[in-house]
Amino acid sequence: MAKKKFVVGSFKEESVLFPAVKAVRKAGYKIHDVFTPYAVHGLDHEMGLRETSIHTAGFIYGITGTATALGCISWILVQDWPLNIGGKPHFALPAWIPITFELTVLFSAVGMTMTFCYLCQLAPFVKKHHFVLRSTDDTFAMVIDAGKSNSQEIIAFLEAQGAVDVHEQFAETGWWFGTYNKEQQLYKDTTVDIA
Amino acid sequence: MHLKYEAQIREPLVDGDKDYHQVSEDICRPIEVKPSRLWYIGFFISIALLLFGVWSIYDQVVYGVGQWNLNKTVGWGWDITNFVWWIGIGHAGTLISAILLLFRQGWRTGVNRAAEAMTIFAVICAGQFPIWHMGRVWLAFFIMPYPNSRGPVWVNFNSPLLWDVFAVSTYFTVSLLFWYTGLLPDLALIRDRAKTKFRKFFYGITSFGWTGSTKHWQRHEALSLVLAGLATPLVLSVHTIVSFDFATSVIPGWHTTIFPPYFVAGAIFSGFAMVQTLLLILRRVFNLQDYITLGHIEAMNKVIVLTGSIVGIAYLTELFIAFYSQNQYEAYAFFYTRANLFSPYGWAYYGMMTCNVLSPQIFWFRKMRRNIYVTFFMSIIVNIGMWFERFVIIATSIFRDYLPSSWSIYYSPSIFEIGFYVGTFGLFFTCFFLFSKYFPVIAIAEIKHVLKTSGQNYKEQVGGIELQKVEEFAGEYAH
Repeated sequence: MAKKKFVVGSFKEESVLFPAVKAVRKAGYKIHDVFTPYAVHGLDHEMGLRETSIHTAGFIYGITGTATALGCISWILVQDWPLNIGGKPHFALPAWIPITFELTVLFSAVGMTMTFCYLCQLAPFVKKHHFVLRSTDDTFAMVIDAGKSNSQEIIAFLEAQGAVDVHEQFAETGWWFGTYNKEQQLYKDTTVDIA
Repeated sequence: MHLKYEAQIREPLVDGDKDYHQVSEDICRPIEVKPSRLWYIGFFISIALLLFGVWSIYDQVVYGVGQWNLNKTVGWGWDITNFVWWIGIGHAGTLISAILLLFRQGWRTGVNRAAEAMTIFAVICAGQFPIWHMGRVWLAFFIMPYPNSRGPVWVNFNSPLLWDVFAVSTYFTVSLLFWYTGLLPDLALIRDRAKTKFRKFFYGITSFGWTGSTKHWQRHEALSLVLAGLATPLVLSVHTIVSFDFATSVIPGWHTTIFPPYFVAGAIFSGFAMVQTLLLILRRVFNLQDYITLGHIEAMNKVIVLTGSIVGIAYLTELFIAFYSQNQYEAYAFFYTRANLFSPYGWAYYGMMTCNVLSPQIFWFRKMRRNIYVTFFMSIIVNIGMWFERFVIIATSIFRDYLPSSWSIYYSPSIFEIGFYVGTFGLFFTCFFLFSKYFPVIAIAEIKHVLKTSGQNYKEQVGGIELQKVEEFAGEYAH
């Protein structure tokens, strides 16, 4: 993906941000993303994002864990190496509940976290473009996908909505390997001027 | 505008005139300045204790578990006592981060990060005891079920000791994931503020490229909620299973059905005491009094008095059931060796009763709950008491077997057992000192989340508006 054109506006207050999101969507501009320092509840609905399905993934991982535990233990203690413990049944389900429960939780938690990291592209040495550095501190940064439209128009629109420090940025939206102590970009700017 | 409303009569969770940036400044400062001299002193004392532990374990590994004063009936001594004690301490962290999240307790935001870190370090310390007690520690992987060339011989899935392996390792993993996913946004904040190359590099790697995108936050919230939902039964299961180590045996004093709830309550009790000890020091050293307020301390003291009283009721119930059962072995365990000041371990039982049941009752008084010095003193007392509890349960039940010919002499620890225990303190505090230097000790993003509903300055603003509205209403309708 090559670099794309974005218009970035900063907000200092949630109370300004929410109406602005609504107005921007109504005006038909495409919000690329809003970067916030904390989880602003309701912003995802305001932006029209769909509900995440990570819970469903967690449930599937969980029942995988249950099945793994029950399957393995019953095969081991009934089929592979049955032990006679005081004539008690080999298939001793009540005694397996603790481990079954633990594996359910383990599979679900690990699976969900890995899914979360995969979906959000989070991993050590992953580097991304950060539109506004203070968006992890105290700024709500709204990034609008400018596409081929006139950025000046969007800038004026955002300023009218109460955004500050509105400007245009050319940025990559993907991720790449790198560290934050070095200036690295995913793609080198290879455009050459032809006379 | 904010989406949550909090009653004005509730105490603010964040004191002082703060905005988002000020919150970041306050909590990141300890990371961005050179550590104080106190930090260095504490850190090197911890390292020294840790080295004492390393030496004790080295000797034990080289010469064998015989270096410990275990004998034919006391097969478990200080090691299992300390294991249960450390695991119990860990429980408060999960209670704060998971159960209080489900109960929507806003005050958890100020203390959850440090408490979760404490959980992780406490579980690491706890894990050391069963591992090194194995003697031939290089064969420790035998506790994992895997196809092998010895039969294959499998581990016994019907044994509570194996349940413990699964419970503790799952608990550690889930706590670690929960803690770290919560850390990501805060590490990203430090990365974006970073001025030095090292900080840019280190926090760049550890923050995993977090941007704060709304979609990511949405998933993050869903993940935290489900992890909290998973961690809640998990934390209850862990100490339940630890109590099964005892309760499924047929040793008088262990063979009781009350053990699971009694152990869980005791675990939360001791864990909160440890959280108090750590946080009272932390808020003082790092000037975080605005974030860990007296309100937070009071709330935790309420949990301490509640769980302490549950534990007290459990002790009395045990005594009653031992009497009611009319079983001579139960009676011997409870009325001869435990609740008898003149028996060999009577001092431990009465120490436990004083520290765990009587002294926390002081927290029925609001003045005491909000007194930092009393709280600090009590937090130490409670932890001593909870250590006594585990020691009483373990030593008094096994030091005299059914046959007088199998009675052992008085069990007291060897220097290697003491060194091992002291060493885990070194490990715990070394980890905690490093954590407090390199990681934000308060969940910054979560504080920001509650700031506008529960911060002092915002509450005052809203309070002013409300008062004005009441007056307007009165002006219009009152006669």
